Amino acid sequence: MSTKPILEKLAVLADAAKYDASCASSGTVTRDSTGTKGIGSTEGMGICHSYAPDGRCISLLKILLTNFCIYDCRFCINRASSNVERARFNPQEVVRLTLDFYKRNYIEGLFLSSGIIRSEDYTMEQLVEVARILREEHRFQGYIHLKTIAGADPGLIALAGLYADRLSTNVELPTEAGLQSFAPEKKSATIRKTMASVRVSESDAIDAAKSRLIGKAKPPRFAPAGQSTQMIVGADAARDDDILQTATNLYSGYQLRRVYYSAYSPIPDASSDLPPVRPPLMREHRLYQADWLLRFYGFERAEIMEGASGGMLDLAIDPKLAWALQRREAFPVDINRAPREMLLRVPGLGTKAVDRIVAARRLGKLRLGDLAKLTASVKKLLPFIITPDWRPGKLTDSADLRARFAPPAEQLALAL
Amino acid sequence: MREVVLTEPGDFAEWRRAARGLLAGGVAPDEVSWRGSAEGASLFGDAVAAAPAGRLSLPRALVEIAERVICYRDPEVPARLYRLVWRALHDRQLLARTTDAEVAWLRGADKAIRRDVHKMHAFVRFRRLGEEAGRESFAAWFEPSHRILRLTAPFFQRRFYGMDWAILTPDARAIWHGEKLSYGPGGTRDEVPDSDVVEDQWRTYYGAIFNPARVKIDAMRAEMPKKYWKNLPEAQDIAPLLAGAEARVERMREAAVSLANPLTDKWRTRVPEELLLDDDVKTLDDVARAVDRCTRCPLYCNATQGVAGEGPQTARIMLVGEQPGDQEDLQGRPFVGPAGLVLNEALEEAGIDRTRLFLTNAVKHFKFEPRGKRRLHQNPTTGEIDICRWWLDKERALVQPDLIVTLGASALRGVTGKSASIKAMRGAVHELAGGTKLIATIHPSFLLRLPDRARAAEEREMFVADLALARKLAA
Repeated sequence: MSTKPILEKLAVLADAAKYDASCASSGTVTRDSTGTKGIGSTEGMGICHSYAPDGRCISLLKILLTNFCIYDCRFCINRASSNVERARFNPQEVVRLTLDFYKRNYIEGLFLSSGIIRSEDYTMEQLVEVARILREEHRFQGYIHLKTIAGADPGLIALAGLYADRLSTNVELPTEAGLQSFAPEKKSATIRKTMASVRVSESDAIDAAKSRLIGKAKPPRFAPAGQSTQMIVGADAARDDDILQTATNLYSGYQLRRVYYSAYSPIPDASSDLPPVRPPLMREHRLYQADWLLRFYGFERAEIMEGASGGMLDLAIDPKLAWALQRREAFPVDINRAPREMLLRVPGLGTKAVDRIVAARRLGKLRLGDLAKLTASVKKLLPFIITPDWRPGKLTDSADLRARFAPPAEQLALAL
Repeated sequence: MREVVLTEPGDFAEWRRAARGLLAGGVAPDEVSWRGSAEGASLFGDAVAAAPAGRLSLPRALVEIAERVICYRDPEVPARLYRLVWRALHDRQLLARTTDAEVAWLRGADKAIRRDVHKMHAFVRFRRLGEEAGRESFAAWFEPSHRILRLTAPFFQRRFYGMDWAILTPDARAIWHGEKLSYGPGGTRDEVPDSDVVEDQWRTYYGAIFNPARVKIDAMRAEMPKKYWKNLPEAQDIAPLLAGAEARVERMREAAVSLANPLTDKWRTRVPEELLLDDDVKTLDDVARAVDRCTRCPLYCNATQGVAGEGPQTARIMLVGEQPGDQEDLQGRPFVGPAGLVLNEALEEAGIDRTRLFLTNAVKHFKFEPRGKRRLHQNPTTGEIDICRWWLDKERALVQPDLIVTLGASALRGVTGKSASIKAMRGAVHELAGGTKLIATIHPSFLLRLPDRARAAEEREMFVADLALARKLAA
């Protein structure tokens, strides 16, 4: 066991956790400390308490219990063969840090992950123990996200879900082949089985809640913020199409709340077969946009890929615009008459703007000037919409339409 | 001209009292002048008499928004809000008129308030004062853009019930002692300690969680505007972190790949599982393990797990279905989904004990098409069925049933190797090579898909009859 001072351990084990993309603290049940007289609350909506200079929000204390690991995944800084500095917290230290930070309003809660030590079950037990101490001994009501260890016993997963708001199992690489060559100890089947056991526990808990007798206490909710996963983008040869295919499979199979896409970031002491490049942040961004189209805009993966080429999304323009440019026959859309589903397909209209338009047009016809009050940028919409005072005419079919939206080449180089 | 003097800017109750009086008196917005007490006493105009409120009904949503927007730091707010409630008396749809300039202003102001509230929830930083009788106390200094302390204090009460705290702002302070939230006058920054014992830890965390390879300063500034930085202990580290980022990435890139950590072999205690050769499969447990690792066809890529058959090796009847469905795939057991329930009921009606059957499928992995939050079952191809027959044959060889009941066309193909018509084969008992008897019937999921109730009942009866025949034959 390492005997480093807490400050050094924190530096090592937070540094080791910085490659995990997810930090959300939203989507869970509402609870607070009034009844328990303890500390902590969640109000459904997450709060970002700070932002790192990399633009990412800091909502949770995101650390590893330990960065010792018996696995040797090549994309991972903590792989067994890496010479990275190692440290290990004991559960009490993590509890102390979480509570100290929480009481000062630095964080919404804890996101705890770990390198795998001894065995999957042993590691999972340690993670669960931290959550148990927080909840049972300190009546902590804040948010807890536990990383499940793929291959851990389903009984431990079921226990973890009683304490945690969210569970996640990272798939890391989107294809079987990628995992085989970069993470020899990880099997996508094991990962999927762990996700399945989270989903089964979830639906068991829902069934139990439904079938309880009137007057009986509500059984505890299982991971109310659901489960999520992360995929690394750009470390292996997987195309965007493969990534979205995996994402749609995961969303449909395990009812994931979120799939996070994490641009492969060069790690110190990297394995020599990994790209030593800047992380493909724009690609990551486009994947998030495509993911949004899947979940909130009624797009199918195949439709999104119509705007792509060679299985890769267009980096210069967003995927909805890319799709619309391929499907110009569907445009222009009459803002005052089109069904909601079609408005959602207009490039430049988000779900909120569409809701506002649908509400506002009940009270009278919308003109361009009205739209300006309902959406961020009318200019972007012009080629795709009709209002009583606007018709795009030949604009919709003009050959240089893409060029109007695509940024000039030199700007692309500054994608960072 | 009426004149209203508000003594507490941002106090909704005071504004509401005045506004109710004016509305009850039918005073139009342009006949009122709203003043803050700081702007001097009222010199002209009639002070508003506290007219009886009468029955005023305003849209609830408008009152809720007004309660927030009164905190907006702009002397015009009381007058603007009065104009809006005045109009709302005659126009119940007012708030829906999002294209109206005044409504748009209201929405904009509300959005600014809500953002300010959200940022205050996020960026208040408590500093520890001490501990008494096991109860810790904390204080924070915060400068919100608007007068939102009363909107935010209840949040901190809910969150930090178990400790004492005070939040000081230039306009007012909120204090919590574990029983009642109280408010007091504004404060100054020097009333709050200028450091905290865990601030070093927090700043260490902040520095360590930052990834120097993905600097995005604008994204950070958009969400954490500079005006808040002076009260965030971690903000003093932003400049040095950014200054060192490029060099850190450069060092990473230049660092030669070092030799593998010699401890690797010590940690890596486990060798990858020995793959079971297909011919080593000697028991039903072996089959289950091997099926789960099967890669004979690509279906394994997306399914959760291979689902082998289930039941006693001594079973006299073997039931063969098509393939695992959504639930079977998740739980790793055959016939546990909706079709399994139909089957259970039919078995019971036919007088068959499920635990004495061997239940399996022609194809061992779930084949599906993702559609939103569901997986739509897809029929296996004959190729997939034929490849998977390897496993079905193993199970048949180990169980050696007297009778096989095939449920559906895929199962029939899996058992016989030929595509035959269920319709033609149904109702009769066939004999397979080796003497095993065969009954062909429909798959229970077929019953779930029939929209016509009468037809479904009829089909179900036939299905139960097929099962009853099986029971008789195996007896």
